[in-house]
Amino acid sequence: MNASDQAEFEDEEAISGTGEGDEIMEEVEEQEDGYTSSTPTSTLTWISWFCSLPGHEYFCEVSEDFIEDDFNLTGLNTMVPFWKEAMEMVLDVEPDEDTSKIPDVSIVESSAEMLYGLVHQRYILTRAGLSTMVDKYEAGIFGSCPRVYCMGTNVVPCGRSDMPGLDTVKLFCPNCNDIYVPPSSRFQGVDGAFFGTTFAHLFFQTYRELSPAPFWKATSSSSHASPRSSTGSVSQNATFVNPNPHGGQKRAAGYVYVPRIYGFKVSERAKCGPRMQWLRLRPESSEELDMVDWRGRWLDDDEDYDDEEEEEEEDRQMEDFDPVCIMIKVA
Amino acid sequence: MLHRAVEDVSTGSDSDYSRFWISWFLSSKGNEYFCEVDEDFILDRFNLTGLNNEVANYTQALDLITDQLDDDIQDELRGSLDVQARELYGLIHARWIVTARGLAKMIEKYKRAEFGRCPRVMCQLQPLLPVGLTDMPYEKSVKLYCGRCEDLYSPKSSRHGSIDGAYFGTTFPHLLFLVYPTLIPPKSGPTDIGANAASGSGTKEGENRIRRRLREEMDPAIAEGGGENISTASVALKAERYKPRIYGFQLNEIAKLQRWQEAVRDRQVSRLEDLEERAS
Repeated sequence: MNASDQAEFEDEEAISGTGEGDEIMEEVEEQEDGYTSSTPTSTLTWISWFCSLPGHEYFCEVSEDFIEDDFNLTGLNTMVPFWKEAMEMVLDVEPDEDTSKIPDVSIVESSAEMLYGLVHQRYILTRAGLSTMVDKYEAGIFGSCPRVYCMGTNVVPCGRSDMPGLDTVKLFCPNCNDIYVPPSSRFQGVDGAFFGTTFAHLFFQTYRELSPAPFWKATSSSSHASPRSSTGSVSQNATFVNPNPHGGQKRAAGYVYVPRIYGFKVSERAKCGPRMQWLRLRPESSEELDMVDWRGRWLDDDEDYDDEEEEEEEDRQMEDFDPVCIMIKVA
Repeated sequence: MLHRAVEDVSTGSDSDYSRFWISWFLSSKGNEYFCEVDEDFILDRFNLTGLNNEVANYTQALDLITDQLDDDIQDELRGSLDVQARELYGLIHARWIVTARGLAKMIEKYKRAEFGRCPRVMCQLQPLLPVGLTDMPYEKSVKLYCGRCEDLYSPKSSRHGSIDGAYFGTTFPHLLFLVYPTLIPPKSGPTDIGANAASGSGTKEGENRIRRRLREEMDPAIAEGGGENISTASVALKAERYKPRIYGFQLNEIAKLQRWQEAVRDRQVSRLEDLEERAS
């Protein structure tokens, strides 16, 4: 049974379970004695319940088979307190009679969350996990990049550390290769380690057709001053080829913002002139990427290059229409 | 002062129409980005040149904004006139915020981070400034400019996402940093402005220090044109960026792109440093 089947199956279970109200009530009472009031009834698994909580929209459901395989859990038992009890909670196994040694159920709850999160970090790197996540990605569940000129490129959750307790979940945009704070505060309680540092990038290595290429050339047909217009560029994508077969196969959204004062570009010679366009800039072709060596130096760099020519070259990539570039200086 | 009085009223209620249209407008939900346009700016017809062609029912809309509309007209036209008054106020606002007094008012809002903060993780909650992609109304909604990464972001809330960008214009944030170069945010390190608003709890001493600095920066005599000595030629080298890794290893294609981008940056830095040397 693959992961998506599992999810469907569990959904069905949850739906059919709602009809049997009396039974659910009984189960709840039973569980209140044993474990906790907030864990679900037996008709909804702990995992589905956990993933349906507000703020947990980014999580996918890890298959129980994966959790039951000890090999997948190697090393985690030293990181999670009350390991056995947490495992029982996550897998909805009836607890042993001897629960007296647990001081507080909420501790087991947080252990179960930690356990699930760390298993989740590993699961989403597997083939099944990646395919579950790509469905969520294409459904737009992770949201889109807040940067205007990424044209609503979908993002994926991403951690800044693989160790829990250090930072909350962030969102990685494959177009600008940058990370962003999730727009809603409900994600501020979600640990970034539950997604890990690797997932986002393995995801786009696996689904290269979703990964924007590192080069971009302005096309005359697309008016790049309008962020909304180029979303319907499906036909363009069909003809797009990245010569690097291991690279991103999607046409990038490459326009870079040019600040203007009364219609005139702000010169880089002004103190307040643009300093950060390099961060978003792409070369026009993949060959240009090879003009820089592994130390980050230009291969053809002779010390006294022509200033004017360089400037012109960069401007060309950012826009077609280029009114007179005037110099604005204070005082 | 009339303006003081207006401000007092606006803080009071947003439930029903205040006595003044502008204060009602500013206090209603979704209009948090707008600042108050001084009444004498609106009353000076020179500042409104050309707007009578842009806005329907211009005269009545203007009367509504300045609270000079007859009550009987108000009843029959109120609904449609309100839309036109908002549009007129927006277009006046775009002209107002690029004046000296308008800039100062927007700086106050900027320091309180009323336009939100940059979603980019490496920008460390840098406050944003509103900007339009065009100066023509009805074309593009308002965007937010981050002075740290110098990029544009969409507002988080759809209430703000539907405001016309022309009510802020393409020029405003860039003119602000041109006039107040001391306000150009540093490319690295924690954000200091609006910091006490973000943390909510700071030490008393720290707060006082921030307040003092805000006061100093706010004083236009100190800030304006006071940036003669600052150099921004090599600031880009301090900017932090995210480096994607798989199991700790950089990705070939992205690493290549990032090296290329950094080479472009280095070339600009040496170009600007050469210019600076030649100038001195």
